[in-house]
Amino acid sequence: MEFFQDGKVREGSSLSLSLSGPLAMMPYFLWVAIWRYKSLHISKLQYLAIVIESEDCRTSNVIELLQWLADLGVKHVCLYDKEGILKKSKDFILEKFDGATLFQENDVLLDQPLMTLEFASFSDGKEAVAKAANVLFMKYLKSGSISSYQGEQIFTESQMGEALKTVGLCYLSDLLVGGNGPEPDLLLVYGPARCHLGFPAWRIRYTEIQHMGPLKSMKYGSLIKAIYKFTMVQQNYGK
Amino acid sequence: MDGNRRFTKKCKLMEGAGHKIGFSALMSMLKYCYEFGVRYVTVYAFSIENFKRSPEEVQSLMDLMLEKIEEILKEQSIVNRYGVRVIFSGNLKLLSEPVRLAAERAMLATAKNSKAVLSICVAYTSTNEIMHAVQESCEEKWDEITLLNSSGAGYGLISLGGYEQDVMDHLIKLTDIEKHMYMAAAPDPDIIVRTSGETRLSNFLLWQSANCYLYSPSVLWPEIGFRQFLWAILNFQRIHFYLDKQRKQS
Repeated sequence: MEFFQDGKVREGSSLSLSLSGPLAMMPYFLWVAIWRYKSLHISKLQYLAIVIESEDCRTSNVIELLQWLADLGVKHVCLYDKEGILKKSKDFILEKFDGATLFQENDVLLDQPLMTLEFASFSDGKEAVAKAANVLFMKYLKSGSISSYQGEQIFTESQMGEALKTVGLCYLSDLLVGGNGPEPDLLLVYGPARCHLGFPAWRIRYTEIQHMGPLKSMKYGSLIKAIYKFTMVQQNYGK
Repeated sequence: MDGNRRFTKKCKLMEGAGHKIGFSALMSMLKYCYEFGVRYVTVYAFSIENFKRSPEEVQSLMDLMLEKIEEILKEQSIVNRYGVRVIFSGNLKLLSEPVRLAAERAMLATAKNSKAVLSICVAYTSTNEIMHAVQESCEEKWDEITLLNSSGAGYGLISLGGYEQDVMDHLIKLTDIEKHMYMAAAPDPDIIVRTSGETRLSNFLLWQSANCYLYSPSVLWPEIGFRQFLWAILNFQRIHFYLDKQRKQS
């Protein structure tokens, strides 16, 4: 199928696909939408987070959403809901959606055939920071070197990050991946309001946050539009 | 308050003009807030990341800040008219001495105002705030333990002999960390407004925004007006019940 620069499809000897039947009935704007999607630079989306209102977490909708994301070529997804409903349904979701594996702590975000899926909840946010604080405190207690009498900074942000990773590892045995995965590029909120509902603060410094409406009325077109909008954003990171 | 530089380019103004007009926009927005009875307003004036800008731009922003802090301290300024207590939140040690001293003077001068609180985030990022709060919590806990130990009641905690692992893992509580946040003087916000249509938080109030309505009007900051203010409030009112429920569940 060839798309010309004006977005219209023209019949002719160069076409390899027949335009008869249902395809010919598709409205013009849908063709334009598909053409736009063809130029969707999905590789710009390294890590996608989906925040879902816990009361709306129907696994059938979640699995359908994951299928759409897989079709679009999204490789790494974090599913978050405040109360951990998705975490509890993790095995069921992975069984029903066979296009994914569980994200492992030290996974590097490489291209791989299956999507990696991370599950997170509120306890991976603030509580994980409290636990990391205890890890850091223990470390300094053991070394007996806690002191800031000169007023200098005794912890750095990277030490904090390391401590957060340690906390995640502690919980790996419970197969609950801590809030210590990579920072998502884009966070889509499926719920009544544009609100991140406590997604681990450490990880959303420069994450684009878009509101998609309730999960039960999710639309494929809205998803494409949201991802497309993301790919068009330029960031200065404060500069 | 995003979009000052874009506004300067868009209107073909002199460099720095966007920030000055942006300041006037801030004064207008503060007036609307206080007239509507909003008690806590927080503004993101200068990020730690902004230090990466050109030295000339950083200097001109610092000069503007110094000028405006002096204005705030005047009798008829908005903070005195509305009884606003001003707090500068952030790693103030990163600021040059004149700016830091001016900020401290402003905090002292407005300390007795009690009708509203204006938190001005300078040399601030959320991640720095969280890390600083963790550090303060650890130091506080260390002081507590040292005191207990010296009075003989520490049970040798410092040598880690005395407590079970479960207690060790929870020596520092979430409440300890939260009370050391730069933003501890204000409750979690109900609405965060970021102008210029940008949909990210850029390391602003990440910890405090769990149950907060995020509003991203497309106007540039110097162009913001009563229309956007009203729209934010109307949208907030629509979902207020839901956000309140979320807050109570946290």
